[in-house]
Formats: sequence, C-alpha cells, structure tokens
Amino acid sequence: MLSEGGSFMKGMVVGGVFCLVLSLLGSFSPVTESRTDGNDHHHHHVKAASKDELQQLSDSRLQELNDQLQVYCVVMVQPKSLVYWATALDTWTKHCDKAEFYTSEASKALEAIDLNEKDDWARLRKALKHAYENAGDIRWFFVAQPNTFAIIENLKYLVLTKDPEQPFYLGKAVKSGELEYVELNSGIVLSYEALKRLVNVFQEEEKCPERGRQLWKLSDDKQLAVCLKFTGVFAENGEDVHGKGLFNSKTVDSLISESMKQNPSNVVEGCCSDLAITFSGLSANQMQVMMFGVYRLRPYGHDFHDLLTFFPPEGSDND
Amino acid sequence: NGLCFYCESKTEPSFKDFICVDGHFSTSSNTKHFYYFEFLEASQKSSSAENPPNSARILCWIMTGPRNLESRTKHVKQTWGKHCHHILYMSSVKTDFPTVELNVSEGRENLYWKTIRALQYIHQHHQDQANWFLKADDDTFVVIENLQYILSKLDPEKPLYLGRRFKPFISQGYMSGGAGYVLSKEALRRFVEGFQTGQCTHFSTIEDMALGKCMETMKVEPVDTRDVKGRQTFHAFPLDHYVIRQLPRPRPWHMIYDYYEPNEGPNCCSDFIVSFHYIYAVQQYVLEYFTYHLRPYGYSYRFWPDEIVERDDLKHWDDTEEELGRTEKTVKDR
Repeated sequence: MLSEGGSFMKGMVVGGVFCLVLSLLGSFSPVTESRTDGNDHHHHHVKAASKDELQQLSDSRLQELNDQLQVYCVVMVQPKSLVYWATALDTWTKHCDKAEFYTSEASKALEAIDLNEKDDWARLRKALKHAYENAGDIRWFFVAQPNTFAIIENLKYLVLTKDPEQPFYLGKAVKSGELEYVELNSGIVLSYEALKRLVNVFQEEEKCPERGRQLWKLSDDKQLAVCLKFTGVFAENGEDVHGKGLFNSKTVDSLISESMKQNPSNVVEGCCSDLAITFSGLSANQMQVMMFGVYRLRPYGHDFHDLLTFFPPEGSDND
Repeated sequence: NGLCFYCESKTEPSFKDFICVDGHFSTSSNTKHFYYFEFLEASQKSSSAENPPNSARILCWIMTGPRNLESRTKHVKQTWGKHCHHILYMSSVKTDFPTVELNVSEGRENLYWKTIRALQYIHQHHQDQANWFLKADDDTFVVIENLQYILSKLDPEKPLYLGRRFKPFISQGYMSGGAGYVLSKEALRRFVEGFQTGQCTHFSTIEDMALGKCMETMKVEPVDTRDVKGRQTFHAFPLDHYVIRQLPRPRPWHMIYDYYEPNEGPNCCSDFIVSFHYIYAVQQYVLEYFTYHLRPYGYSYRFWPDEIVERDDLKHWDDTEEELGRTEKTVKDR
C-alpha cells in the first residue's frame, strides 16, 4: 500500500514541478504581453489639439508651452549618403532646437558624432543613449534619416499639449504580425519619459539585446518597438484633428499621384494634411524644393491666426 | 509712410494681430483656413494714387487645344483656374469643357494667330469684365493672389505689360509666353488697335516675341515684376531649375534670355511667386498643395514686402512702438 501511495505522491510531485516549470517559462516569453490598462485596441492614435482646445488655454499658458517645447533631432547618417546628409544639414534640421548627426563612421567632409558602428540597431541605441545624456532641458526627441524632410513646427504643434513626462512614441504606426511599431523612414518621436525608459531597458540584455538574436534579425525600428513594449510604451499613429496621418513614408509627388487616382475630383484635400510633419524618400534636390515650398511659397494676403509663434532660425538664407 | 494697427476681435478671440498698411485694405472674405482683413475706416494718410489691394480684376485665358484638355487643361481648371475671376480656355474647337473656338488651326506655327484672335475675342466680348488680362499656357501654374498684389500697385489705364522679361530680339525686351504674361486694359486696347491699323502684323510665328514687338510698337511699357529684394515672380521653368544651390557659374542655358541678371539658389525667387512653366498634371496639384495648404504652423515668415522692416529685425519694431506712443502689447506677443 505504501508503494501505491508513493507512486501517487511521485506522480503529484512530478506533475506539480512540471506545472511550475511551465508557468515560469510562460512568464518569460516576450510574446505574451499583458496591457495594464486592459483596453483592447488594435491601433493607437495621437491627435493634434484642436483650435477649440487650444483656445481654452490662457495666453500665458500657451506662451509657456510654446517656449518650453524644444525638439532634439537625432539624424542617423552615413558617409555613403553624404549628399543627403549635407542637404538635411542645410534644410529642415535648421529648425530643430538641437540637431545632432550620428554617423556610422567619420567623414572628412562633415562633422558628426562618430558612433563607429556598422550595425543599424546598435548604432540607433548608441545615438539615443547619447541624446538622452545630452538632452539638457529638451524633452522631445525626433529620430530621422537624412532623406526624410521634417517640418519641426508641425511636430511641435502635434505634441504641444502632451506631457513629455508621460511616455510617447509616435510616428507612422504600422503593424507587423503582433508587433505595432513606428517606421523609421517617416520619423520617430519620443518623449523624454519614453527615451528614459528605453535607455534603462538597454541594460537588460534579455529583453533588449544590443546585437539582436542572430536567428531572427529584426529591422532597427522593429527592435525599438520590442524594447519599448517591455517598458510599457506603445507605438501611436500621429494624426491631425481630422484623423489624417501626419507622418508620410512617401514623397509629396507620390502621394498626390495616388490621390489623383483615388480622389480625382478632390485631389489635394484627399491627399495630405495641411500640417503634415514628414515626407520621405526625397532626392536632395527635392528637399531643397520642399524647403522653399514649405517656408517661403505662399499667397499674399492669407493669415492663419495660429495660436503659437515660431521664428525663423538665425543665419539661414533659404527659409 | 505707413500706419500700424493692433487689432483684436471680440467675437473671435484668436483674431489678433499687428497690421501695417501703406494704403488700405478694403475687402474681406472668410474661406476655410484663411482670413482677409476688413478695415472699416480707410486710412486718411494714403496720398498716393495707388489702388487698394484686391481691386485688380483679372481675366485669365489659357492657350490650349483639344489634345491637351484631358491631360493638362483639366488640372489647371481644378487647381489655380478656380482663383481667377474669369477664365477662358482658348482652342481651335468649341467644346463643353468649355472652350472658346478661335478660327485658327492647332500647331506651333499658329500660336501667334491664336494669340491675336484670342485677344481680339477678349477685347470684343470681355473687355469690361476685367482690367487686367493674363495669358497662360495649359502647363503654366499661377498664384493669382500674388499677381493681384503686384497689379494692385499699378494703374490699368496705363499701357503696361508684365511677365518674365527676356532681352533678345526686341530692344525693350518681351515677356516669356510660357511663364504667363499680363496686359493692362489699355495695353489690350492698343494691341487690338495695332492690328486694326496695320502697325502690328503677323510677322513671325514666335508668339511671345512677336507680341512683344507689337507692344513696343504701340508704346506699351514692360514692367519690372521682381520683388523689393530683386527676386523674380514669373518663371519660365519649374522651381527646381532656379532654387537649387549652385556654385557660381556662367548663366545656364535656360536663363540666357533673362533681361534682368538672374540669381541661382534660394534668392532666385520671391516668396510671392506668380508663375512657373512646364507644370504637368501631378505638379499642378503639388504646387497647389505647397501654396495653399501645406504650411509650418505658427511660422513667422521672414519676408514681408509692405512692413517697415523685415520680421526678424525686432529692434526696429520696438522703436516704432515708442514713436507711435503705443502702450499695448509688443510684437513679441505676436
């Protein structure tokens, strides 16, 4: 009888241990991520404030927000795309409060922070860590490649009423299987809190390895999303008050062409937001043309009565 | 020489701004995202005979043909054509587009005949509808408001002729056809008179040059349409032919004809562009997007043609404040 009870007990113990091991393994899996807020959302959006919302703020509060809002541009460059690098330097990055160029290797022609790193993801990590450590008072970070054109004023408008002490990770949000991430080529916006959490999780090799698991190599923007997810930060799509995406991975010409097919009687309205933040895949010449189109070309007599004021950068002749 | 106002609206709290004028604005219209100003009291200090802005009435006529209606002219109609007070599409065939039938065949060699017939037609049927007459091609892009701004400072009863001035062949120069040109009411009268009296003839098929010759013969004056900083407003090519930075070099082929010494790079072109040429379908909409839609929120543009000094010279603004003895908000609040 004792032997029968013994088998039973052994069975129970083995079963119990097995069960314990399984449950422990389960909680280590990076795929099962539980959302603390419990909402079932397939898509996050962050919209710019409406005119009404802004008008409810006092003048002094608005001025305060205007003055405090600064953007640190993290521009990922390489000597092989020197022309884009030089063009970004000469155009839209002049409107960043701070613009740093992070390169894979040093170039004799242009100055940058040499990360001496060939791997895209490792380079992005180093750049973001450097930006975090050198942020000063700046609380918003914008990561881009040099063939993306960004309108920083419109970026500021998008995040104006958002608290950078909260985690924000914005841009053109797309889904790849279970993972929702922000595409790098249309620009990535990170609040100070999001960047802080990211830099902290960099130290956890298990969750956020520097060299990536060699078996499955994700692109750098997907790796970023995976790491941020561990810290409870999720990708959100940046949109205007009408729900139009503000971050574009294509050129204006491309998007207009598409709109001519889809909305032939309403091409421009059906295309892109008036307050678009990024366009991508531009040639160097197209960036110079955009600079003029955005910051100079306009019809005489129109005044938009915007509630914020941004001044042109000093010492610039093309805006 | 100028009067500055600080205006606030009680009904629309976001409407508050400095406005400096050297004449007076007299129209208002609220459409979509933009506002014009309405001044109820006209400035009494304006002693010059200049017209108030927006009094220029422009009739636009587009040189086109049956072959291009679908591929080009349609897009003009849907974009900048809407900003013209009156627009006529000149062709060899009457259609429901609608197009006006000129008794002329299509083809490059008939362009000047088309122009002559078009201007005669306009003079006969439409001369009272406008005081300025803009000719454009079906691949020209025009910003009518910026043309209006230039015309508002000119007298349409004078014989005047505007566009992208070229220097060869005609001693006073002539205006590029593709960049679009404008005749004042008096200039149009003189053109028609020239052909009636035989002073002007169809001596060449090169439309823009030949018209320029008629203008010279009839003593119509070419106008310098560059802005106060010497930057061009009418353009015979798309923007990328001018605005891209270049190392100093001899004049490229496409600027050989320019009457005034052109600049290359960001100083080529005025902020208040009037025209570009060789603009096809997609680009018409792209330019419309850049001109009327895409903008940097809250941006305080550097260039203002009418203000006492430019925007980024705030010191002068403060001095003016003291002169005018104003105690209200300073320009920093703008």
